[in-house]
Amino acid sequence: MTMIKRTSSFILTILAIIVITGSSAFAQKAPEFSNDLMMDDNTYLFFMTDRLEYYRISGADPIVWDAQGWIGKDLNKFWFKAEGEALTIEKEGEMEFQGLYSRGISPYFDLQVGIRYDLMYNREGNDSRVFGVVGFQGLAPYLFEVDGGLFVSQDGDISAVVEGEYDLLITQRLIGQPRFATKFAVQEVPEFGVGSGFNNVQLGFRLRYEIEREFAPYVGISWNRKLGDTADFTRLEGGDVSTFGLVGGVRMWF
Amino acid sequence: MSDDNNNGMNRRTFLRYAGSLAAFAGASAVLPGYALAGFGSEKRDVLTPKGPDNVIDLTIGKMPHKIDGKRGEAIGINGSVPGPLIRLQEGQDVMLRVTNELEDTTSIHWHGILLPFQMDGVPGVSFDGIAPGETFEYRYPVRQSGTYWYHSHSGLQEQLGHYGPLVIDPADENPVEYDRDYPIVLSDWTFEDPHDVLANNIKMEGYYNYQKRDLGEFFSDVKKNGLGDTIKDYAMFGNMRMSATDLLDVTGATYTYLMNGRGPDSNWNALFKKGEKVRLRFINASAGTTAFDVRIPGLEMTVVAADGQNVEPVPIDEFRIGIAETYDVVVEPKEEKPYTIFAESLDRSGYARGTLTPREGMEAPVPDLRPRPKRSMRDMGMMMAMGDMDMEGDNMEGMDDGDMNHGDMDHGNMDMSKDPKSPVKHGPDKHGPGAAAIAQNQFDRLDEPGIGLGNDGRKVLVYDDLKSLRPNRDKRNAQRDVELHLTGNMERYMWSFDGDQFHEVDGPIEFKHNERLRLTLVNDTMMEHPIHLHGMWMELENGNGQYNPRQHTLLVQPAQRISALITPRDKGRWAFHCHILYHMERGMFRVVQVADENGSIYGQDYS
Repeated sequence: MTMIKRTSSFILTILAIIVITGSSAFAQKAPEFSNDLMMDDNTYLFFMTDRLEYYRISGADPIVWDAQGWIGKDLNKFWFKAEGEALTIEKEGEMEFQGLYSRGISPYFDLQVGIRYDLMYNREGNDSRVFGVVGFQGLAPYLFEVDGGLFVSQDGDISAVVEGEYDLLITQRLIGQPRFATKFAVQEVPEFGVGSGFNNVQLGFRLRYEIEREFAPYVGISWNRKLGDTADFTRLEGGDVSTFGLVGGVRMWF
Repeated sequence: MSDDNNNGMNRRTFLRYAGSLAAFAGASAVLPGYALAGFGSEKRDVLTPKGPDNVIDLTIGKMPHKIDGKRGEAIGINGSVPGPLIRLQEGQDVMLRVTNELEDTTSIHWHGILLPFQMDGVPGVSFDGIAPGETFEYRYPVRQSGTYWYHSHSGLQEQLGHYGPLVIDPADENPVEYDRDYPIVLSDWTFEDPHDVLANNIKMEGYYNYQKRDLGEFFSDVKKNGLGDTIKDYAMFGNMRMSATDLLDVTGATYTYLMNGRGPDSNWNALFKKGEKVRLRFINASAGTTAFDVRIPGLEMTVVAADGQNVEPVPIDEFRIGIAETYDVVVEPKEEKPYTIFAESLDRSGYARGTLTPREGMEAPVPDLRPRPKRSMRDMGMMMAMGDMDMEGDNMEGMDDGDMNHGDMDHGNMDMSKDPKSPVKHGPDKHGPGAAAIAQNQFDRLDEPGIGLGNDGRKVLVYDDLKSLRPNRDKRNAQRDVELHLTGNMERYMWSFDGDQFHEVDGPIEFKHNERLRLTLVNDTMMEHPIHLHGMWMELENGNGQYNPRQHTLLVQPAQRISALITPRDKGRWAFHCHILYHMERGMFRVVQVADENGSIYGQDYS
């Protein structure tokens, strides 16, 4: 009798618990803690032609491009850069491509490591080189966009590039952009027309109008001066060591 | 006047208007009734619980939406943007049934409501979210009164209109006298996909800022302040890699600012009769970064409640409302004429407006937008010359202390213990690449109305003005301190606490059930952040002791150090985040876990 009583009271208690907990939404289990709830670790894609322009200089009139972009997260990205120029009046051009792992190491700077591939072509054929790259890219104090790289070629030749840009707001959409770039080589590489020491200096000023942030046609001037042995190599080939001309192009990104 | 009578009267008044303007109401079915000049069909206007179970049904779905004549697609609640006004009564046990007609998971979070955490509506934290086609029953006892709101806590849905007002009438006598009341939901609307808005900010710093300093401004600054000081000022910002015009991440360049779902051209109307006391329940339901500065030219406003909680009345001309905050003001128009309700965005890139009017369709002059303010050194956590509190950063006298990090440091330390208003120094932690800056000097700022305000003779509400009408229950001092720094990097568009985005933390912030703790927030960034803690009040420490105001959201100014006392009475897991939707999604988010001594977050008795 007591046994039955105990059993039945036990069963009733269990039933009561089931009913109470079942009916109460407040007892329902919440999801386990997760830190994967926001869009703070998403992958984004960015591609920009910073310069895509027609360079009006005597005799050559090349198309010049300078594009770059990335795919990745806030501090870890695959960064690609493509730069080059091709003459419009004859078959001659040079271009370089870089594929880099880019790591954010400070609020404003990324450290970049990867490879660079250079290609030169003319009527006589192609020539190419491969480099290892260590570089940096970011925003320097006083809001200069800077980008620099140290290169070691497949033959062990060492060179470096630094470039900087600055945005000068004339109005909210009309923006002047001074640009500076220079190349330095430790060893001379005559087949590529590279002397040792500072190879060249480029100065430019472009005036763009941002019809949209993503689309800005521009005009500007560009001055390019080859230096030292590099200048001598150019002279030997009958080229100009100093070029100055008008540029016109478009800056685009998505 | 008892509260019930008050409601009854409102209802009658309301029905009378409803009849006379039914035809007009039919003209725009996608706006909630209260958005239609404060009337419409009653069914659309106010949702009150029905039946023995106090049920309210809500349906979330996509809908075409027209803003000032331009078509877009919104996420509406019961077919309107903002969603319907939900009116509850303190003491009710309510059941809110939410049906999801979207193709994505959705949710509703009841902003500022104390409830069992499983009902709080944050997917992944309090529940699994509401799957497409499903209905979720939110059930909770209503234990408070005041002006609140509700909104999606899923992805970027809030930016598309998924929000609405929630008003709870008190069980006891209402200490606030008024003849009629209106919810005023302020929000920001974009025709762009909010995911694109976010991506644009990530890819290009200042994408939406078309009020940067340009050459013209440089010359006018030179004219005003002289060449030397102007260069010094510009160089200082340049050297810090900061922009003096970093005010809002997303601006009027893409936003149309809405008042109860209407653009400025569509002029929302609130009716009054001369001599009436009108209670305006302002809610900032913006998703982007929009803080609004609200005023009604020609009328003094009396602030009677903040974040839903009654406060001692404060007469003011203007107030700033951060995202997710609510302020209730009472106005008494003495003249039979229209008054413009004017809500400027903080960066002056646009405004929302409506009209408080004796008759439908009237308009009062709309003020010009004031000049866009500029960040100051103080906003960057740098010291300024004593007595120079120029909010605009226009005054160049302060710039003479350009490298004030050193000069004033001793002074700051010396006074720290004696005077709480003296700045506190930042510790050695720079918070990593996700934090572009730290506030070297952290200021109290509770007596400052905020950037661009208080310098034109208007009396502007400050946090120091807020004093709760009812004392806080817990009289204990803080047993422990929790300090969190608000950090970010505009250039990379990363946002975080203490330099860590949410995906980088491996657990919740632990609070103990019923402990008494002090939460200190330090803003290391140069922008305002509305920080919202779910599930419990933050008693803002503004010197009023037991009468410190209870807040669910604190608008933390740049370089501000602000603290609140907290008693976590409800166990569970609660979201804690910046209420700028894009900052939250970019990592300025945490989970706070309130567990008892056994480590359990369950088993609370809500009877």
